[in-house]
Amino acid sequence: MLRYALNRLLSTIPVLWIAVTACFFILRLAPGGPFDGERQLPQRIKDNLAAHYNLDKPIVEQYFIYVGNVLKGDLGPSFINQDFNVAEQLAIGLPYTIILGSVAFILAIAIGILAGVMGALYRNRHPDYVLGLIILTGLVIPNFLVAPILQLVFGLKLEWLPVGGWGDGSISFLVLPVVVLALPHIARISRLMRGALIEVLNSNYIRTARSKGYSSSRVIIKHALKPALMPVVSYLGPAAGFLLTGSLVVETIFGLPGIGRYFINAALNRDYGMVLGTVIFYMVLIVTLNLIVDIVYAWLDPRVRTQ
Amino acid sequence: MSATMQLPTEGRSLLQNALMRLRANKGAMVSLFVLTLLILAAFIGPYFIPFNYQDPDWAAFRTPPSLSSGHYFGTDQNGRDLLARTLYGTRVSLIVALVATIVAIIIGVSFGAIAGYFGGRLDQAMMRFVDIIYALPYILFVILLMVVFGRNVYLLFAAIGALEWLTMARIVRGQTLSIKQREFIEAARAAGVKPLTIVFRHIVPNLIGPVVIYAALTVPEIVATESFLSYLGFGVQEPLTSLGTLIAEGGKVMEVLPWLLWFPATFLVVMLLCMLFIGDGLRDAFDTREHMPK
Repeated sequence: MLRYALNRLLSTIPVLWIAVTACFFILRLAPGGPFDGERQLPQRIKDNLAAHYNLDKPIVEQYFIYVGNVLKGDLGPSFINQDFNVAEQLAIGLPYTIILGSVAFILAIAIGILAGVMGALYRNRHPDYVLGLIILTGLVIPNFLVAPILQLVFGLKLEWLPVGGWGDGSISFLVLPVVVLALPHIARISRLMRGALIEVLNSNYIRTARSKGYSSSRVIIKHALKPALMPVVSYLGPAAGFLLTGSLVVETIFGLPGIGRYFINAALNRDYGMVLGTVIFYMVLIVTLNLIVDIVYAWLDPRVRTQ
Repeated sequence: MSATMQLPTEGRSLLQNALMRLRANKGAMVSLFVLTLLILAAFIGPYFIPFNYQDPDWAAFRTPPSLSSGHYFGTDQNGRDLLARTLYGTRVSLIVALVATIVAIIIGVSFGAIAGYFGGRLDQAMMRFVDIIYALPYILFVILLMVVFGRNVYLLFAAIGALEWLTMARIVRGQTLSIKQREFIEAARAAGVKPLTIVFRHIVPNLIGPVVIYAALTVPEIVATESFLSYLGFGVQEPLTSLGTLIAEGGKVMEVLPWLLWFPATFLVVMLLCMLFIGDGLRDAFDTREHMPK
């Protein structure tokens, strides 16, 4: 088990390295630099700026300086917000994104699994159809469409919940963003769960358990649930990634001060340093989450370890 | 042969069987019909409307939908006809989806077939590469590309397509592994056909089934991605428009001009729904495992 975990850990290194390298060179390929503004700066100021951001050195050397700094945890300066460097801006936004993401993640898992189990148990009966319809809506309607509709209904018409912003950080400000963020994942998880549970319930060992006279609920909880959870667990890694990209939209729409909104603003303002730093940060986060999920998966399913 | 086997009906090919199953799937057939209507409307419809997507009607700003004014879907703040804009946006979304899917198919099929056919170290290296890219959040890469190279529609096509090929490559590789064991490949090899010719002349044509199914499942994903990027402001730019851009604009003014949100939103949702049903229908129809007697 430990060996598997170590192996997995080592395999993330090339992923991260390629990600950082690709991002760095894509950005340097960009025509024009970040300081080619409307106003022509005197040559000496340009030179100073270039020297400050190491832009005067050969590109390979810049690359090694950047990678060295990233390894030390320094993501470099922001080109637009000069008062804060990239790491500081990320630190400001991170708590909001983490709260939003983790609440949505937990909600998606809990409701998704519950709905999937219901769907499997009431297969092809009314509760299953209703759930199927809700799942389909969650899958088909993109989050940037669900968000304004919910804002319109619950924020403006019914006035139950605030339309956006973080306010004093109370739960009421979190409800709509979390629901929008979690909805597609509730749909996917319950779909996976339903399919897997139906398959497991048809398998021979469940029939054996039933024939031994165990109660239906005991068969489901003790025998069927764990194997049926496997596809859901393997989905959680990618789901963490989708949650992050979802938070780009959700934070922008609801005006939440998280990393996603910083990223979008930086990208729209061509703040190269910030975009690069944020992408790298996201990658590390996603790769780490994937790693954790894989290890949990191996722990649940011994076959994975021995492959 | 039929005389000895005494089949009750004439033999049917796999394709005929699959098409029969598809035709029996009401959801997929209705979706196919609706999608065809949408496509026709998007490509032919604009010629029957007296307004185009970019010129303002100076007599009608912010008018709600009405039959009398001729603006059946109303107009926006700049007096542009929403019906024309929605149809145009649908067309852009469809074209992006088509081009990106073709790009994804070309890259994915060549990559997967070559990796699967040659096998060994090359296969390992190529699939490892796919694994690595798979682990990265590609939407961030697309945004990065759009930032760096400017918001160019053609780049958008290529960028989405170039990042959607990974699953295709995996599926194709798996199929290739089984096809290359077959006799006709061995015969081709014995006849001295060059390896790359075998891949593209003998293996790729046999991959059509799974490729078509997966492509059908990819299209709605790409439509959603394009709308997502356009919504965030990284996709199609003014005065061109796409459904995502229209929804973004409509969302800002939904309180006062709600029709600007509802019409494009309905088009997008209906389109995605139809594509999803068709993709699922194709998969069910061609997936022979489901119809095996248990």
